[in-house]
Amino acid sequence: MSHGPLVMYDEDYRRIAALLERLVRDASARGIFLVDKDGQLIAEAGEMRGVDSTSLASLTAGNIAATGGLAQLIGEEEFPVHFHQGQRDNLHITLVDRRNILVVVFDERSSLGLVRLRVKKAGAELARVFEEIRKKAERARASGASPFADITDDDIDNLFSE
Amino acid sequence: MSFINYSSREINCKIVYYGPGLCGKTTNLQHVYARTNPDLKGKMISLATETERTLFFDFLPIALGEIRGFRTRFHLYTVPGQVFYDASRKLILKGVDGVVFVADSQIERMEANVESLENLRLNLKEQGLDLDRVPFVVQYNKRDLPNAAPLAEMKALLNPGQVPDFEATAHTGAGVFETLKGVARGVLNDLKRLSSKQ
Ligand SMILES: Nc1nc2c(ncn2[C@@H]2O[C@H](COP(=O)(O)OP(=O)(O)OP(=O)(O)O)[C@@H](O)[C@H]2O)c(=O)[nH]1
Ligand SMILES: [Mg+2]
Repeated sequence: MSHGPLVMYDEDYRRIAALLERLVRDASARGIFLVDKDGQLIAEAGEMRGVDSTSLASLTAGNIAATGGLAQLIGEEEFPVHFHQGQRDNLHITLVDRRNILVVVFDERSSLGLVRLRVKKAGAELARVFEEIRKKAERARASGASPFADITDDDIDNLFSE
Repeated sequence: MSFINYSSREINCKIVYYGPGLCGKTTNLQHVYARTNPDLKGKMISLATETERTLFFDFLPIALGEIRGFRTRFHLYTVPGQVFYDASRKLILKGVDGVVFVADSQIERMEANVESLENLRLNLKEQGLDLDRVPFVVQYNKRDLPNAAPLAEMKALLNPGQVPDFEATAHTGAGVFETLKGVARGVLNDLKRLSSKQ
């Protein structure tokens, strides 16, 4: 298992953002959030920009971690799809791959069937992009190209000097 | 696992506060929240019981300064300290970049401290992490209490590896930021190591 950081470059981010924008339209969703299992928000799209997406990411990861734990207790590997129905808005949560979670918020302008269909396709594409990102990060690490490879004690001290 | 985003020029890291029940983990986060500039913090989320014991986790996102043009963000989590919440503790440790062990200085809590530290080591091991290699600091909390154990004794018992350690009185804030800075320093040094050619 690799414990190196997840590194995302601008071009990867743009690809992911474009995929999410398209999924918002295709699924008639209100908002889409891509979150990693450790609770970091990776990207978002849609009309919910005001929502506290940092909290959303951490709670989503907690939720997935808890249900994943439940799954294992009863002998399932994981529950790959979660659906929460609300008065107005609904949440559709899926695992894109082993590390990443896709959260779709939708209301009566869409439907569970449509969301499920569109998420399936977009999820597979996202998984491919993440696989490429992972490989790229490994190559970058092997070549020592990270800007953090040569941070100094002074850099770290300066961080705390304010 | 830290997340370096070149697009937003941010580094995100996850820090977990661990320790026995009632040692003051949540109090540490509450103090950091209270004393951090609103521009640099997000909302603090506490999933707690009616009696304010942590049920699943507390979460507080904060930003420190910039390093090499990247904004550093730390996601602070606490675990529930009560023994029977072990399943939840394991989940929260996933992807951790740095650990603060908060010990309760009261003599009658020494056994609980030791057990919790062993539990931490075990739970890290389950996900392939070695406490001796993870960025790690120890905080001796509740130094204000009359029944606090002598510092030397606590060090010998809880910090034989001599990682950076700090005395604290979390409900007044003493030692809280020193502890946070200590673990953040460890995490960034580790990031440097992980980013370097192997
Ligand atoms: N005297 C004293 N009390 C403290 C100190 N730090 C925390 N407390 C108190 O200890 C109690 C428990 O603190 P919490 O922060 O909730 O403990 P916790 O570690 O989060 O506990 P769990 O959520 O059950 O794991 C509270 O009443 C705090 O006010 C300290 O330094 N000195
Ligand atoms: Mg607590």
